[in-house]
Amino acid sequence: MEHVAALPAQAHVGETSTGLNSRKVLMWAFLGSDCMLFGSLIGTYLVYRGNYPSGPKPSDVFDIPYTSVSAFALLMSSLAMVLALAAIQRGDIRRLKIWLLCVAGLGLVFIGGQVYEFTTFGSEGLNLTTATFGSSFFTLTGFHGTHVTFGIVWLLMLWMLAARGQMTQARSLDVEIAGLYWHFVDIVWIIIFTVVYLIPAI
Amino acid sequence: MATIAAPVERRGLLARPVAPRGIWAWVTTVDAKQIGILYGATAFIFFLIGGTEALLMRTQLAVPNANVVGPGTFNALFTMHGTTMIFMVVMPLSAAFFNYIVPLQIGARDVAFPRLNAFSYWVFLSGGLLMHFGFLIQQVPDVGWFAYANLTENAFSQRGVDFWVVGLQVLGVGSLAAGFNFLVTIINLRAPGLTLMRMPLFTWTTFITSILIVLAFPVITIALVELMFDRLFGANFFNTANGGDPILWQHLFWVFGHPEVYILILPAMGIVSEIVPVFSRKPLFGYPFMVYAVASIAFLSFTVWAHHMFTTGLGPIAASFFAASTMLIAVPTGIKIFNWISTVYGGSVRLNTPHLFALGFIAMFTIGGLSGVMHASPPVDTQQQDTYFVVAHFHYVLFGGSVLALFGGIYYWFPKITGRFLGEGLGQLNFWLMMIGFNLTFGPMHFLGVDGMPRRIFTYPAEMGWGLWNLVSTIGAYAIGLSVLVFIANVSKSLRAGERAGSDPWDGRTLEWSISSPPPHYNFATIPVVHGRDAFWLEKYPELEGHAAAAPDERRDRTAAHDAGEAHGHIHVPDPSYWPIATAAGILVAGTGVLFAMPLLPVGLFVVLVGVVGWSMEPVNG
Repeated sequence: MEHVAALPAQAHVGETSTGLNSRKVLMWAFLGSDCMLFGSLIGTYLVYRGNYPSGPKPSDVFDIPYTSVSAFALLMSSLAMVLALAAIQRGDIRRLKIWLLCVAGLGLVFIGGQVYEFTTFGSEGLNLTTATFGSSFFTLTGFHGTHVTFGIVWLLMLWMLAARGQMTQARSLDVEIAGLYWHFVDIVWIIIFTVVYLIPAI
Repeated sequence: MATIAAPVERRGLLARPVAPRGIWAWVTTVDAKQIGILYGATAFIFFLIGGTEALLMRTQLAVPNANVVGPGTFNALFTMHGTTMIFMVVMPLSAAFFNYIVPLQIGARDVAFPRLNAFSYWVFLSGGLLMHFGFLIQQVPDVGWFAYANLTENAFSQRGVDFWVVGLQVLGVGSLAAGFNFLVTIINLRAPGLTLMRMPLFTWTTFITSILIVLAFPVITIALVELMFDRLFGANFFNTANGGDPILWQHLFWVFGHPEVYILILPAMGIVSEIVPVFSRKPLFGYPFMVYAVASIAFLSFTVWAHHMFTTGLGPIAASFFAASTMLIAVPTGIKIFNWISTVYGGSVRLNTPHLFALGFIAMFTIGGLSGVMHASPPVDTQQQDTYFVVAHFHYVLFGGSVLALFGGIYYWFPKITGRFLGEGLGQLNFWLMMIGFNLTFGPMHFLGVDGMPRRIFTYPAEMGWGLWNLVSTIGAYAIGLSVLVFIANVSKSLRAGERAGSDPWDGRTLEWSISSPPPHYNFATIPVVHGRDAFWLEKYPELEGHAAAAPDERRDRTAAHDAGEAHGHIHVPDPSYWPIATAAGILVAGTGVLFAMPLLPVGLFVVLVGVVGWSMEPVNG
């Protein structure tokens, strides 16, 4: 009878068919789905980017050196994310906390930069209702900014758990999954930065 | 039933409910079987609503110059009929079977994320309610189920469109959550030995459908967000005055919309692939081809969207590409049809109700598929665009296809779900009434379409000569209505006094028939070990399949373990939870806020936030 009681627990809580953690598979599936989300937004932007009959042109408002700095901050946050994961996998919770704060901080730099950029564009006469260039620009970058903001909240929650002593080496998967999301949001920005800012400038 | 050996520390915002009773058991359930029943019951109510809308339309069209409903009401009727049947009937009815049957077929205790699963249902219900809230203020969506721009802009439409936009976004969230859940469940929760190429076909089609949901719904979400921004904040996505392009809406809509039709039909094909082998007493013919066919259909479904847009003037190159890719889909579809027929051929065929529905599906879907291939040709499609011929085509695949198969699925799995058979006599009456009524309704629409009758007109003059076939069609529609009443009678009779079904009433082939009817809360006392395709059949008749497997021993072990599990209550299943419904309620409030009173939007979002935090802090014991 003993082995009977043991079997079910092992079947549900432990092993999966692939050996991969289900939450991790879920995150990968979500990222695949999110590709289609950003694909639709980028597609819309590509159709509409040349349409600014009355409002300012992209070259009038974009400040590429400025946006490059905030993009650089976001890219560096991915490095900090890798170091945060490496720290918890070693069991180094002190460094985990430092690097998590670092990731969230660099993310905040990016979001702060975006808020400033949106405000400046607004004062220069570009907003959601300015032809289709404005509509598609703000929707695309706004969706990305929302993704980054959500990531920051998530990372800060992980940091809070770590500060309360609840993050241990055994929970490194929690950091890994948040990291998958964070890196994805970064990679999407590389594409958006190229498509939106760099290509029209050439 | 959720018993655990050791007491766990309970923290979190709310204590996790333990063994609630009555309505609370349904509200807090995370059991996929109960969620499946909720999906099924809710979808059936929407089916009655959508069906009533159809009958009103058919009544109006029965004779020329009728005056049952006005043109405005007629617009609302066909919009809500289409939207309801697609998003609130066929998809959730399929989801009902995903929930109830897939965990049983793969030998799992539940889905990968039980609370997310409950959340999917409550969000689906919220979306359905939001979509119907327009009835409260007489502002019903009236721009067609594909809501072509720029009719949907503020300048040309009324508030009904808002209900459509918000309702559909919320429904999309529910569908996505369910899609993710079943994708991960089938990847990760298969019983030992259940390799991909041993999975039952219904599990396969659920898997592929989940992939389609996950990849297609983000696209409609973005289209809806853009439309919502146009309507609420004055954006210009589809506003032609400021450079918006209505064709962009069509592209985004159909990039989603064509995979969506396979989201509707693949689960039905899966159900038919379960029923036909059981009642032909033969293994499914060409199993690998069936699997590859489903996968190719899903892949191709993302390459054909613009065949809905031939008349927008795509140019010869694009039109040729989309014509060719559309015709290509006929190949895997044809493989499936021939394989079903080959499965029946030479079998010990039992022509009972589930099998009749499955065979009816094959015949009707073939007719609908053939008219579909006709639409693949741009010049032919240009003739047929927006005529009743198209209406006939998609009802042959959606009603003759999906709905017949779903009814077959109900007759097939009802004994598993309730422990009782549905009546065979009433079942046959249900089938024949529905089959004849269906063909009377939609067959003549082919003639009407070729005769030039446009879809979505609320009446027509007598001189057009469309009176006869419209009258026949309306009579057929009432016959379908009658068949649904017979179905309701059959179900209510069987629930009270149906003949008891054992655990394996049909001599089934898949694992769901290896456990009691209805299954215990925990599904399997011990997780089964799978040795081949048709796992349960192999276990019952190892000699027929040339296997000298150790199956009988295992079977005895499982029975012993079953008794032990019952006696000791050792089986670990997830506890119910308040958070899925609480979080979904936040979405409902937020949606209501967008529609009626913006201050409610932050309130709803706050509830969602609290819900997510409470959810993630809930002690996890499954």
